[in-house]
Amino acid sequence: MTSLYEEVRGDQPGEVPVRRVSIRVNGVNRTADIEPRLLLAHFIRQGLRLTGTHVGCDTTNCGACTVLLDGKPAKSCTVLAVQADGHDVMTVEGMATASELDPIQEGFKDEHGLQCGFCTPGMMLSAKALLDENPNPTEDEIRWALSGNLCRCTGYQNIVKAVLWAAEKMRAQSGK
Amino acid sequence: MSLDEIKIGGMGASRRRVEDNRFIRGKGNYVDDVVLPGMLHMEILRSPLAHARIKSIDVSAAWAIPGVRLVLTGEMMAARNLAWMPTLSYDTQAVLATDKVRFQGQEVACVIADDPYIAKDGCEAIVVDYEPLTPIVNPMQALAPGAPLIRDDKENQKDNVVFDWQVGDKAATDKAFASADKVSKLELHYPRSHPSPIETCGSIADFDRSTSKLTVYMTTQAPHIIRAAVALVAELPEHMIRIISPDLGGGFGNKVPVYPGYVMSILASILLEKPVKWIEDKTGNLISTGFGRDVYLKGELALRKDGKILAVRMHTDSDHGAFFSDAQPSKFKIGLMHSAFACYDIPAAHLTARGVYTNKAPGGVAYRCSFRVTEAMFFQERMVQAAADDLGIDQAEFRRVNLVHDDDFPHRTAFGFLTDSGQYAKCLDIGLEAIGYKDFLKQKEEAKKRGRLLGIGISTMTEPLGAGNSRAYDILGIKMFDSAELRVHMTGKAILRTGAKSQGQGHETTWAQIVAHELGIPADDIVVEEGDTDTAPFGMGTYASRSTPVAGAAVAMVSRKIRAKARKIAAHLLEVSEEDVEWELGRFYVRSAPTRGVTIQDCAFAAYTNMPDGLEPGLENVSYYDPPNLTWPFACYIATVEVDPQTGVWDVLKVVAVDDCGVRINPMIVEGQIMGGLTEAYAMASMQFITFDSEGNCVGSNYMDYLLPTAWETPGFELHEVVTPCPHHPIGAKGIGECATVGGPAAFVNAVMDAVKDTGVRNIDMPLLPDRVYEALTTKKDISGFPPVKTDA
Amino acid sequence: MYPSRFNYESPKTIEEAIALLTKGNGEAKILAGGMSLIPMMKLRFASPEMLVDINNIPDLNYHRADADGTFHIGALCRHSDLEKSSILAQHQPTLAATAPLVADPIVRNRGTFVGSVCHADPQGDWASAMIALDGMIVAQGPKGRRTIAVRDFVTGPFQNVLASNEIAIEAIIPATKGIRFGGYLKLERRIGDFATAGVAVALELSGASVIRAGIGLTGVGSSTVNATDAAQSLVGSPLTSEAIERAADLAAQAAQPRSDHRGSAAYKKQVVRTFVVRILTEINSTKTKAA
Repeated sequence: MTSLYEEVRGDQPGEVPVRRVSIRVNGVNRTADIEPRLLLAHFIRQGLRLTGTHVGCDTTNCGACTVLLDGKPAKSCTVLAVQADGHDVMTVEGMATASELDPIQEGFKDEHGLQCGFCTPGMMLSAKALLDENPNPTEDEIRWALSGNLCRCTGYQNIVKAVLWAAEKMRAQSGK
Repeated sequence: MSLDEIKIGGMGASRRRVEDNRFIRGKGNYVDDVVLPGMLHMEILRSPLAHARIKSIDVSAAWAIPGVRLVLTGEMMAARNLAWMPTLSYDTQAVLATDKVRFQGQEVACVIADDPYIAKDGCEAIVVDYEPLTPIVNPMQALAPGAPLIRDDKENQKDNVVFDWQVGDKAATDKAFASADKVSKLELHYPRSHPSPIETCGSIADFDRSTSKLTVYMTTQAPHIIRAAVALVAELPEHMIRIISPDLGGGFGNKVPVYPGYVMSILASILLEKPVKWIEDKTGNLISTGFGRDVYLKGELALRKDGKILAVRMHTDSDHGAFFSDAQPSKFKIGLMHSAFACYDIPAAHLTARGVYTNKAPGGVAYRCSFRVTEAMFFQERMVQAAADDLGIDQAEFRRVNLVHDDDFPHRTAFGFLTDSGQYAKCLDIGLEAIGYKDFLKQKEEAKKRGRLLGIGISTMTEPLGAGNSRAYDILGIKMFDSAELRVHMTGKAILRTGAKSQGQGHETTWAQIVAHELGIPADDIVVEEGDTDTAPFGMGTYASRSTPVAGAAVAMVSRKIRAKARKIAAHLLEVSEEDVEWELGRFYVRSAPTRGVTIQDCAFAAYTNMPDGLEPGLENVSYYDPPNLTWPFACYIATVEVDPQTGVWDVLKVVAVDDCGVRINPMIVEGQIMGGLTEAYAMASMQFITFDSEGNCVGSNYMDYLLPTAWETPGFELHEVVTPCPHHPIGAKGIGECATVGGPAAFVNAVMDAVKDTGVRNIDMPLLPDRVYEALTTKKDISGFPPVKTDA
Repeated sequence: MYPSRFNYESPKTIEEAIALLTKGNGEAKILAGGMSLIPMMKLRFASPEMLVDINNIPDLNYHRADADGTFHIGALCRHSDLEKSSILAQHQPTLAATAPLVADPIVRNRGTFVGSVCHADPQGDWASAMIALDGMIVAQGPKGRRTIAVRDFVTGPFQNVLASNEIAIEAIIPATKGIRFGGYLKLERRIGDFATAGVAVALELSGASVIRAGIGLTGVGSSTVNATDAAQSLVGSPLTSEAIERAADLAAQAAQPRSDHRGSAAYKKQVVRTFVVRILTEINSTKTKAA
């Protein structure tokens, strides 16, 4: 396909460059023929219909589109989908299993770490990368790690509490 | 035995939010998540100039791009009588520019294509020839003699004045000023700010020729108003229009107005008979959609030397941009600016307000406030602090002298509002205690000896929420009531729909708690739906903190209607007369034999299976609530700061908030609202502003220049509560969504001003960027009353 | 925000990349971290015909110190690699102080050090540090490699001396003769903001005496400012408070800021002055503590 958008018409120009990519998203290999200019965020949203990854700004500031690219937070609106070829992407949809939420998801709900929910997926994935690296962060370390994600609703205090909640639960689980 | 209200998720329960279950899984459904078969994509071409005549538009290259399906220009819109649309303030606004562009970012053309990338290519291929005109970027320029006329499209418009309005008692005010011991004056600018929810605006219009039905998914806080507006603008029958506002990624007032992009997507869908999606980019959102504030104040307080305020005089010049498209009650041209000083006992007040057109984006929306209340309370609290300093009276004491006393309610304010309840002094005392006021004053003196600058700022205010009663409040003539419809099913489960629209406030959670409180049906058994005009009862939407005061009251009232009917059914089931039936949460019982009773669920079942003779079957009802008055929450916010004298950088040391929003439905959510509001307050005080250079270029057109604080800069907050129930609200609630945004900024600014007070500086206008603080410290001069643009002279 | 169309190539070797750039004939751009380029393409301020993505070229993501202390940073070394690096903290105090202040934590995961220096944004943090350290860029083109001092590398705002078919493959910070001290301070209104002003200082001390000094200034000129007079004034004497004040004055004089919404020109000079004093004072106290 030349476009991941709905109903590609027959009269697409022949000169449109197309590349085949294979990207592992939430553990599943996804292959598609895409234009190089397609942003990873749009590949995920329109191509894979994983709409939990949101697009908030144009300038790589807000972090609503944050995914984990090979385990590290990346703003997917500033990565070309072709750049993710052969790489591993995790979106918010990959955080929970069918039966169990990630402790970070539970923490966000329990500590009222979200309101409109738009920044939440990116915020949670940044938090996940932090806790993967540092299972016992301080409040300052959490604020620092989340400073690439903007939230307009919560004032961040409950987000910090949510991450602390999750960290504690994860430590308790791993201590078992 | 009565139910435990907290256990069933009733009033006062910090019930975890229902909507979070989808949001934390990434399963929210925002407008951009909606995909319809055959959907096309629209992008808008915007003016690069603030003021220019359009000489020609050449769209041929755009049409030539494969995948482009439609290119719309003002000329084509004009041919369909759609180039202009009415605003929510009885003005007109260009949908697509025809004659000239009047602000940078104005919509000039749009392209509809197979995908948004191609649509953007199409926009880039359009060639517009502009003849630049002199731009006007502030009220001073707009009002200057000989200023170019911005709205030359309007027949009777001879200057750039939108309105000239006044309220209050001029004679009594003049008299009080004549007898004052001291007059304290202050000039302030509340800079232009943008609500800037992370999600931008957007719509998907889907016109179905076969049914003549138009369905529009839209980022709107007020779907029913939009339906009415679309019916009027597009001349479509209202019953054939369905507006669906799905999950909103924040609103804050930005998603109240009707935007050209919505209208264009609708026209495009009608012309193409395909769904057309428009998702605004961030730059488009910041430079063209409803901003907030941009008001200049000249304020004066008449003072007696013991600290008593005798009168207040205010004059505002507000910058409305190129089109007067504020969404606000039609009677009040500068919103509820005259709610200023409502928490103080002041004999006389007079406000004159002038609105002007400039070559800036239209708006003046109620950005997280009840129609200019943010400006009103900021001006109030800055004037109060300056007055206290001018008299040499402690700022806390000065407030205590002037605050309305608990036993003076109901209290008529100097501008004529009626406030009903509150414990103002108690809130102030709790705040002072929590911040450690006396100790801090000592610390401040100690620090001064070592060259450190500490400051403390207080802001106390009551704000008017819940617009409003139908006598005084309407938008375009539509009275500002709200609604709730409750359907209790046979098994005692229920669905509730309201005319409000949550944007993160958690209505799906809290509305169910009100029903649980009124009926004893567990909150988990009640589903809440909003935002679909085909299913929700007519309501005015969510903004201006009106949902709990108005729609929330409707939820209580409709629950009571249901309870009244259930009582008849209960009497029938218990075989006693209705007068012998008593109610306790979730259950009717016989007064003389309390063990004989039926639950609300029993009544629900009977409503469908065993109703008494003469009673209509079913257990459903709807309520339209016209509030008797506004509600008046009170708040006291106190911040302490330290200013770095060498850089002007200031850090927040501590923030204390004491809120009295009446009865709290869900304390967890209330606190979330307060912390979010305080963050916006901090943001406005410190960094969040949109300014323009002398050419009318928007400085702040993206998140690199329009600064929103991150988790790192945002301070922590300590919250306290006082509860004074609202006497006229069915559940005693007053509303909380915006208090902290409204009252918060002055606390931060007052704190910084307190820190620099020894220099003699009385004011630095927001935002208190480090350079402005440093300049004030070194020049010992106010930075007051002018727009925050810096250029090399 | 949607970029214009372009051709995309992802070569596996530097030589292949150079050949593609040659073919691109000035219309091709190198894609490394993409944290500046992709936003500019989305805003359509940049519309290159071809992107040569160097991320698939092996062995460019490194940073290391030679035995003599010469420090190398490969073209694909990310800001976050440096931020978390213990070698950097050990060898390069100026760079270690700069790393956490570049952009925001997520951007640091992808953005590259070398790419940032090449981007030649006058508000770039790394360029100031490189100026202070007398750093160099190693470029490879069809005719082989050349090493360019950073002070000669940047020719203006967003302009460098690289030919259209040259690739910056490495940054080098020369070895020291004395003990290295340094710091970086940046006034930003919030995380991820561009600097209102920033100051990078790199010193080498022998005993109490400064034997080499470099000061780079961020955001106060049409390109990164090399405050040579200020740096030179420190050399040959201990860090007395008079020396510190003099260097701060000279650095402020070297700054050529413009007034804008981040502050007036005079204010930015004041920030430069203050930051020079603060960094040098801090170095002085660290040095004393260490001794």
